Amino acid sequence: MTDLLRLDHVTKLFPVGGFFSRRSMKAVDDVNFALSADKPEIFAIVGESGSGKSTLAKMMLGNEVPSSGQLSFDGTDVAAIRGRAAREAFMAKVQPVFQNPFEAFNPLTKLDEYLFATAHRFLGASNRGAREAAADAALQRVGLSLSEVRGRYSHELSGGQLQRIAVARALIPNPKLIVADEPVSMVDASLRMSIVNLFRELRDELKVSIIYITHDLATAYYISDRVIIMQKGKVIESGDARTVLEHPTQPYSIALKGAVLPPDPAAASAIIRQRQVVAG
Amino acid sequence: MHEVLSKAKKTAVTPKNVLTVEGLKAYYINEHFGVRREVRAVDDISLTVQRNEVYGIAGESSSGKSSLIKTLAGAIRPPMRVVDGSVKFDFGGQSIDVYGAPEQLKPARWRHLSYIMQGSMNVLNPVRRVKHSFHDFAYRHMGLSGAAFWSKVRQHLERLGLDPDVLEAFPHQLSGGMRQRITIALATVCEPEFIIADEPTTALDVLVQQDVLGLIKDVQARMQASIIFVTHDMSVHAAITDRLAIMYAGRLAEEGATQALFDNPQHPYTAHLIGSLPRIGDVRVRKSLPGKPPALSDPPSGCRFHPRCPLAIERCSREVPLMQPSATGGRVACFRAGEVVAA
Repeated sequence: MTDLLRLDHVTKLFPVGGFFSRRSMKAVDDVNFALSADKPEIFAIVGESGSGKSTLAKMMLGNEVPSSGQLSFDGTDVAAIRGRAAREAFMAKVQPVFQNPFEAFNPLTKLDEYLFATAHRFLGASNRGAREAAADAALQRVGLSLSEVRGRYSHELSGGQLQRIAVARALIPNPKLIVADEPVSMVDASLRMSIVNLFRELRDELKVSIIYITHDLATAYYISDRVIIMQKGKVIESGDARTVLEHPTQPYSIALKGAVLPPDPAAASAIIRQRQVVAG
Repeated sequence: MHEVLSKAKKTAVTPKNVLTVEGLKAYYINEHFGVRREVRAVDDISLTVQRNEVYGIAGESSSGKSSLIKTLAGAIRPPMRVVDGSVKFDFGGQSIDVYGAPEQLKPARWRHLSYIMQGSMNVLNPVRRVKHSFHDFAYRHMGLSGAAFWSKVRQHLERLGLDPDVLEAFPHQLSGGMRQRITIALATVCEPEFIIADEPTTALDVLVQQDVLGLIKDVQARMQASIIFVTHDMSVHAAITDRLAIMYAGRLAEEGATQALFDNPQHPYTAHLIGSLPRIGDVRVRKSLPGKPPALSDPPSGCRFHPRCPLAIERCSREVPLMQPSATGGRVACFRAGEVVAA
């Protein structure tokens, strides 16, 4: 088994409608891909809201079970994990980073407590010194230190710093895979690239694979090795990130790329004028 | 405090300017047990917006951009107070001094000055049909009788490419993009001269965003209205604004024609904001700025950007740079303006 993560015909159905008009909606529809265990990579899942990308993330984290198909991590079926020990072993290897760091951290809990709790739970760090060492090591990796974070609450730090702490927390159990769902969309513009560049460092230095879920084609192009583009639960295009995003072949991917506003006034205003012609 | 408070440059009120802001200072002032704390969210801002112009305001969270537009709209409440300066609108001869004579503003709201807000669900009443929102917002400003009012509303929706039947829908039955289009229709139904748009496309998907921006530009061009467009997304500014102001920690850092600002940023912060944007087809590594945006309650001395600025010199920590004409025809507040190389 050389696959770190493998999805075979993964489908997720959600029931919609009322009691008398129950139907099911395919949130994720027959998704197949695999991440190699030997070669860490940044794998981008691109799609608009409702494309099923977040449902896919929940299944990778083991929070949702596929309705059909198999999602396996390191050769074991994630849906078949039973028991606390097995579940914690899985959680140690697959860690999440969420979209909004202000919501991910309880405003009434000190931030270092999250780091210590993670160290205690996954590394078995039973004494204070071991927990602090683990937390500090992880924080150093993301360009912070325990002295900057100790005793602080989430409102005292910027979104960028909080997101770094979220990444540091995810790094404590030495994961193999980080699932990051829209990790930079709530981060300020001047700090956004620091988080994006951090993912690249994690891949190169710690050999962690990263699932980067986003609606932003430009950052996906910037950091990812491979990309899949999703529409209404289906993967409509996949492959090498540079190739797919430079030369998309499917109509939807082409439309998506065409709507990306470039940081250039002449080109960007031409794009929104195009729409006016279509509507007029 | 070695801060040199800048003197507002007096700009003559010409009829072309729909909005003239001079030396505006609005602070959050708290007094607890005799200790006075000030948060200078809007600190000495002067700007003008002309007729038929989209004026962009870019800034990060806690840069004071929301406080600025609230102050412009006369929508501030204690503990926030206007300490100094003025906000004057000029709607075709009818001039309104927002803080000199606030009673003038009330009848002008929605008729002359309207808003497009970020969360459409905060604007449309979730438990009533869309038509009730139109009635609540616009009816008394239009001065039309029932039937004439509704035919005007339907006509307006049609011109915006919306099906007039949406009036009968509840907000939850519509998609986010459709709701945002309705808030745009709602804000423009009275054909106001001035519109404040606060992050109207931030919550939308890329394809919908393109469409909504096109709609805003379309309506603006048809009505020859002026828009203050606030967003942190520089690409959106590139697409829609004619002139752009960059805000940092409660002050303006730079202002100028959007094209000139993107081509030739004069302030190091502007240069960074533009240079760090990734784009498809360009794989160069983007650098990020060290540090974090300052807290407005305790801003750095001198130029508020100096702790993060790659070009900072000793003078930057002592003196506040004033807004001065820049080489590219705009204004910039930086001692080392023009030495900036676009990243």
